Amino acid sequence: MKRRTLLASVAIGLGLALGPAAMAQDSGAGLEKVKACFIYVGPIGDGGWTFQHHQGALALKEEFGDRVEIAWQESVPEGADAERSITQFALQGCNIIFTTSFGFMDPTNTVAAQFPDVKFEHATGYKREHPNVSTYDARFYEGRAVMGTIAGHMTKSGKIGYIGSYPIPEVIQGINSSFLHARKVNPEVTLSVVWAYTWFDPAKEADAAKALIDQGVDVILQHTDSTAPLAEAAKTPGVIGFGQASDMAAYKPAPRVSSIIDNWAPYYIKRVGALLDGSYEQSAAWEGIAGGEVEIGEITEAVPPEVKAAAEKVRDDIAAGTYHPFTGPLNKQDGTPWLAEGETADDGTLAGMNFYVEGITGEIPKQ
Amino acid sequence: MLRLEKRPNPSVFWLWATPVLAVALTMVVGGLLFAALGSNPVTVIRTIFWDPLFGANAGYFRAQLLIKAAPLILIAIGLAMGFRAGIWNIGAEGQYIIGAVVGASVGLAVYPTENRLIFPAMVLAGAFGGWAWAMIPAILKTRFNTNEILVSLMLVYVAEAILAKAALGFLRNPEGMGFPGSRNFSSYPAARNFDLIERTGLHWGGVTALAVAVAAYVLLTRHGIGFQIRLAGQAPRAARFHGVSPTRLVVFCLGLTGALAGMAGLFEATGPGGQITENFASGYGFTAIIVAFLGRLNPLGIVLAGFMMALTYVGGSLAESTMNLPAASIQVFQGMLLFFLLGVDVLTNYRVRRPSGAAKGAEA
Repeated sequence: MKRRTLLASVAIGLGLALGPAAMAQDSGAGLEKVKACFIYVGPIGDGGWTFQHHQGALALKEEFGDRVEIAWQESVPEGADAERSITQFALQGCNIIFTTSFGFMDPTNTVAAQFPDVKFEHATGYKREHPNVSTYDARFYEGRAVMGTIAGHMTKSGKIGYIGSYPIPEVIQGINSSFLHARKVNPEVTLSVVWAYTWFDPAKEADAAKALIDQGVDVILQHTDSTAPLAEAAKTPGVIGFGQASDMAAYKPAPRVSSIIDNWAPYYIKRVGALLDGSYEQSAAWEGIAGGEVEIGEITEAVPPEVKAAAEKVRDDIAAGTYHPFTGPLNKQDGTPWLAEGETADDGTLAGMNFYVEGITGEIPKQ
Repeated sequence: MLRLEKRPNPSVFWLWATPVLAVALTMVVGGLLFAALGSNPVTVIRTIFWDPLFGANAGYFRAQLLIKAAPLILIAIGLAMGFRAGIWNIGAEGQYIIGAVVGASVGLAVYPTENRLIFPAMVLAGAFGGWAWAMIPAILKTRFNTNEILVSLMLVYVAEAILAKAALGFLRNPEGMGFPGSRNFSSYPAARNFDLIERTGLHWGGVTALAVAVAAYVLLTRHGIGFQIRLAGQAPRAARFHGVSPTRLVVFCLGLTGALAGMAGLFEATGPGGQITENFASGYGFTAIIVAFLGRLNPLGIVLAGFMMALTYVGGSLAESTMNLPAASIQVFQGMLLFFLLGVDVLTNYRVRRPSGAAKGAEA
């Protein structure tokens, strides 16, 4: 054990000694050419999460042309194999590696320790154990506020459903935000959450949607990446849903009445651009509607004009910075006060959000 | 027309030639697949089979081969014992998961105590977990004559549910800000399955796999229970007359596979995997079934087959990343391997005959 630590510190020492000399020309003038590599959790044709990341990757090519080379590997399992896939890219001379799923967090940091000259960017995680690891995420809960507003107006049964992937803060933010905004316009609304324990599994997602519809739910929100819940909703007249991650325009004008679109292109262009011009620095980015990372897809004619206007107002207020989706007074599920009148949630609490707001029934899976 | 004629005895030549033929056929047909996808088939095949061994950064990839092959070999050897005796444990994946969860629980329960005995205790607990999980189909089979294929397979899904519970609940990292997944063993040296020699990929799992392969070979060829296993598989009636107890054999074979799979899971969770997450299992328990057959249910053959399979994974992933191939194409490629193996296996038990003349054919 001791020897291992010693070896590691020698390696780091060497890296530090050689690093600045090697990087002197680089960081000042930027790189001539950047190889940007992407680790995807699903197939690029998933029509959702991975598809959008891949669109962002292709946008790099469009923006920088020959100065950027891109490479990707799809359907990388979030387990022991991820570390190999990331290392593979580091060995192949990638200058910057984007690992685009929460489950890649630990492998990303492990590999980053061994390749101090390569930049690592991990999506949706919180660990930045080395100076060459940055994290980035989008404020999806801002988009959920818009969806929640539509859901509250549109539901006839008063029941909305939410297909959760994993009970992690990002998903819980979305559930809370959707519910709060549905309640705001419709105090009768109740919310049922079904946990799918997957990011992408059309069969499981369809089952979850079916279970919700059987309970009388007529508006379905999803935090999973396939179009299966929309396909399921299409089978029952009157049930609507929203595109997730991608526009899912094939289901327009109904059941897909709007969508939350992840647009990673601005971030990817910014980071790779910084590598090219030498201004790159470690960061923890968390942009939302204002920064263009979260887009609201077209609200279709299946939604009455006044509902559309209400939803667009929420969107525009968030974009303008005049409204925060988590503004007090708000209580936690157990009735304890969370935010006082006019107070807004701080990012730290949001990033670790592990509680429901008041009014949601059911529990976040724990034991 | 060609005609198949059953051989009086399986051909020893074809027994060992079919895996080679299957690999060759996979390369050819797989090459066509890659060509259809617009890649140069020769480059792809070379990237899969040659580059991890002798290409750029081969040092790293050879270590990865060992990491990937170790659990496959460990599980496949246990499976092969059962398969030889006609006991079909399809649920090694579940035994692997439960072994990892039980073993990891032992280690995490005493976190952050540093003691030399913690890791060995975890390995034993892992083996016990896998064994206990395998005892469910074993007892149901011996007591109620249930089908072990169905029971062991269905228990995989139960094990996955328990794994999700562990990652999100009782093993969740208390310092993980509510995110799923256990503590990472890389920051807990007493419970860490380190590389025994730095950067070779040789951890305790690899050593155990090789030791178990040799032990299994000796057991099968030199030991009484090995004879019973072979006899039960080849001639069940004769085995009964010879006094082989089917109950004992079922319990032994399922228990052995379970224990080995459980250990493999523990080695993986504390080593290359690093932590218990809800999707840490990489399907080793199922892939090991292919490895067992590719290795002709022979422990030494399985070692070779384990490395071969690992090569398709490591090389396949390398080909995906260098040529941006879809992940599904590599999965199809691996599937072909089993398909061709089963297909050409017909040559082991059958002879291909061409009727000597049309006239004779007419007479018959």
